[in-house]
Amino acid sequence: MSVRRLAEEAVQPAGFAFSEENAAWAEATIRKYPEGRQQSAVIPLLMRAQDQDGWVTKAAIEHVAEMLDMPLIRVLEVATFYTQFQLNPVGTKAHVQVCGTTPCMLRGAEDLKSVCRKKIHSEQFHRNEAGTLSWEEVECLGACVNAPMVMIFEDTYEDLTPERLEEIIDLFEAGRRDEVNPGPQNGRHLSAPLGGLTSLTGDYDDLAAEQKREGAHGPANGSAPQGEGAGRSVSTPPSEAGRPDTESEQTDPTLPTPGAATDAKVDESVEDRESDELAAEGHKPGAGQEGGTRQGSTDAEEGNVPDEVDTKTSGNFRRAEAAAEDAVIPSGKHLDDAGGGQPSRLGEGETPTEVLTGRREGDLTEGERTETSDVRTGPGHADHFESEAEEATPERRPGDKPADLLDAPRGEKDDLKQIRGIGPVIEGKLNDLGVYHFWQIAEWRETELIWIDDYLNFRGRAVREQWIEQARGMRSGSAARPGEGEGEA
Amino acid sequence: MLQDKDRIFTNIYGLRDKSLKAALKRGHFDGTADIIGKGRDWIINEMKASGLRGRGGAGFPTGLKWSFMPKEVGERPHYLVINADESEPGTCKDREIMRNDPFTLIEGCIIAGFSMLAHTCYIYVRGEYVRERQALQRAIDECYEQGYLGKDNKCGWDYDIVVHHGAGAYICGEETALLESLEGKKGQPRLKPPFPANVGLYGCPTTVNNVESIAVAPTILRRGGSWFAGIGRQNNTGTKLFCVSGHVERPCTVEEAMGISFRELIEKHCGGIRGGWDNLLAVIPGGSSVPLVPGADIVDAPMDFDGLREIKTSLGTAAVIVMDKSTDIVKAIARISYFYKHESCGQCTPCREGTGWMWRVMERMATGHAQKREIDMLLDVTKQVEGHTICALGDAAAWPIQGLVRHFRAEIERRIDEYSHNAHEVRPVLEAAE
Repeated sequence: MSVRRLAEEAVQPAGFAFSEENAAWAEATIRKYPEGRQQSAVIPLLMRAQDQDGWVTKAAIEHVAEMLDMPLIRVLEVATFYTQFQLNPVGTKAHVQVCGTTPCMLRGAEDLKSVCRKKIHSEQFHRNEAGTLSWEEVECLGACVNAPMVMIFEDTYEDLTPERLEEIIDLFEAGRRDEVNPGPQNGRHLSAPLGGLTSLTGDYDDLAAEQKREGAHGPANGSAPQGEGAGRSVSTPPSEAGRPDTESEQTDPTLPTPGAATDAKVDESVEDRESDELAAEGHKPGAGQEGGTRQGSTDAEEGNVPDEVDTKTSGNFRRAEAAAEDAVIPSGKHLDDAGGGQPSRLGEGETPTEVLTGRREGDLTEGERTETSDVRTGPGHADHFESEAEEATPERRPGDKPADLLDAPRGEKDDLKQIRGIGPVIEGKLNDLGVYHFWQIAEWRETELIWIDDYLNFRGRAVREQWIEQARGMRSGSAARPGEGEGEA
Repeated sequence: MLQDKDRIFTNIYGLRDKSLKAALKRGHFDGTADIIGKGRDWIINEMKASGLRGRGGAGFPTGLKWSFMPKEVGERPHYLVINADESEPGTCKDREIMRNDPFTLIEGCIIAGFSMLAHTCYIYVRGEYVRERQALQRAIDECYEQGYLGKDNKCGWDYDIVVHHGAGAYICGEETALLESLEGKKGQPRLKPPFPANVGLYGCPTTVNNVESIAVAPTILRRGGSWFAGIGRQNNTGTKLFCVSGHVERPCTVEEAMGISFRELIEKHCGGIRGGWDNLLAVIPGGSSVPLVPGADIVDAPMDFDGLREIKTSLGTAAVIVMDKSTDIVKAIARISYFYKHESCGQCTPCREGTGWMWRVMERMATGHAQKREIDMLLDVTKQVEGHTICALGDAAAWPIQGLVRHFRAEIERRIDEYSHNAHEVRPVLEAAE
């Protein structure tokens, strides 16, 4: 199974309607099934909706549910269960589906994946910069004797070499897909063996005449791509799959089209990974390399994946964290670099605050770091159909809630940002919670720190960075606890 | 080797005219009405006599399956459903039938429908076969136009064929999941009993057959069950489409007699193993879900149900995946494990959790980052998944791993040794030595 969710609200168009032609087709399709069994048409209808818009939008799901008189949840189940439905926008000119299952893998599908990584995007389901191309690794497409192969929209391109795939991708991007003949790319005919038939060479009366006739209107060497029966001159109109920026008047023109909307930053594979991060790290760090659920690839070709991608994957938590920290704290200003946990150097032109907070104007703030892996996924990751009840469920946190939370600072509050790992946002959260002074942190027990860590969604960072010890170091230089030595207040 | 005159699929490569007119000339729809005129019992007996076993992988006798349908139509109509959700890795035979020789299938649907008193047939084509679906639909449209389908047709049995399609779920190849999907639901298999012959599509008596099983039926009935039974060995009769993929010189799909030896199949039709017979490492003879066998075991084995069972594997769909010695065999099986993890429908816990677990362990085994005792643990888990799920996907996920451990345990252990030898080095040994 794989986790599949609908696209972010931001990229969802508000409405959907079948084009006139498709609506008529849908009516006919529904009538193919017995009275009262119109639900059977749900897959064909969703597929046609995908062909029209390029991907399955939430509005399309609602529309299909209405057409078939089905509960919305049933249609949602179908849309998320079947992996051929694209729940996020894909490339407008080509969405390359590389078959990666063993028969294709044996004949070089991994090289094809490398081509896609190089030419399109380092990760599947991401579109290239222009938004025209995207790719994914799919499971067996049923053309194993023609391996390795890819499928682009409704046609397959078989017996590929990496070079040929590059050419094909280029042609699609240039809008010259008509120049590519679907089917085998090495000159063989469909699934017949390369270099001559080994069967069906018999002396049929009509064989010669028929072959001659086929040769008359087919391409040279008789390799009619997909042949007549499966050829291009079919009654079904050319699919609009993967063309979100359709200008069909049926889709409300005032609405942003899916293609024009901002790119979805979150895709399923990333979601998968992030949702499993805790689990993946909980035991055997580095084991399994990819976390639990990396979609598609099973090869461990980490070398092929650029570093910025690595920062998102689970096993590289530390590196991501360090990178994020570097972005916030200028080099040389790490508090632990400065000896004794106290900032001691003041560069020219720097204000004390900058040094203390390790932050300049224009630097990233904590709040801008939501993409790093040490912050729980933002609202964009949430299921779009969460219920009120879900939110209201009280969360059980590990550890103990600190006992020394205050309603207001005693005197002037300390600058908690001096503690490594605490930025302005986290400081604000701590203040809201009732933590204002180093002495408060210094007196926490380990379990209380764990509670705080969880409260902040910090995934253990507070513990690892030893906030308690840090705070003890700072306490000497800050306002002492009022009434210290007089017993517990 | 099978003679061309005994081949059922005479246009399997699509080199000849695909129109209905040309198909009629090649002998399709020849005397269909006569066959139907001989009655239901004659057809079923002839099918039983032919010894045809289902071509979808399990090998259940087709004639017997047809006879399970109620003898009379009660309040509920009967349905024939054709399983064209061909997604077993390695398998691509139905694709050729649908796009190149669709009239064999259509005629078979009419005859099979008659023998089980069904007036409606649904063909469930996998979603990725777009061109194949269009080709099939065109052929069906042509049959309607020429009066071979529909009411009062030339075949003498009112019949409608509806082409339906899926959307990329391997599990819908399981017959009850297919029915669920056809009803517009998630493709999650149903518990049996009740069997589809009693409660199937829309709660009505239904038979689900593989494309190839149905497509060979008209020729069998025209030429007689004994003709078909005369090809191959007892209990493993007839002809079969083999799809040979992987490391052979010329991969292809070809119709051959059952029981042809592996060596002959590869030599005659595929130009031999890449790099010669000495270079053969292992073979998966029936699609990804059957256990692999080392090359030496299979070279002279007959390619049929019983012949392959003797070497602890199975004919499955006759999708032969050949692997030469350049193959990373553990990784190849790990990729299959990933496939099953991806395709588990999530209904039964042993499969949903087990497939993911097995895949993750297999990935570690592929790099050697494991312990030797984990091999037995893995084997133990496969036994716990196998047979404890509603459908056979759990079994299918377990068998490739069992086959790997059975035959290539030494290779896994070698990797683990290699990995642990290098584990405490600052750099890999090779690099340090250089």
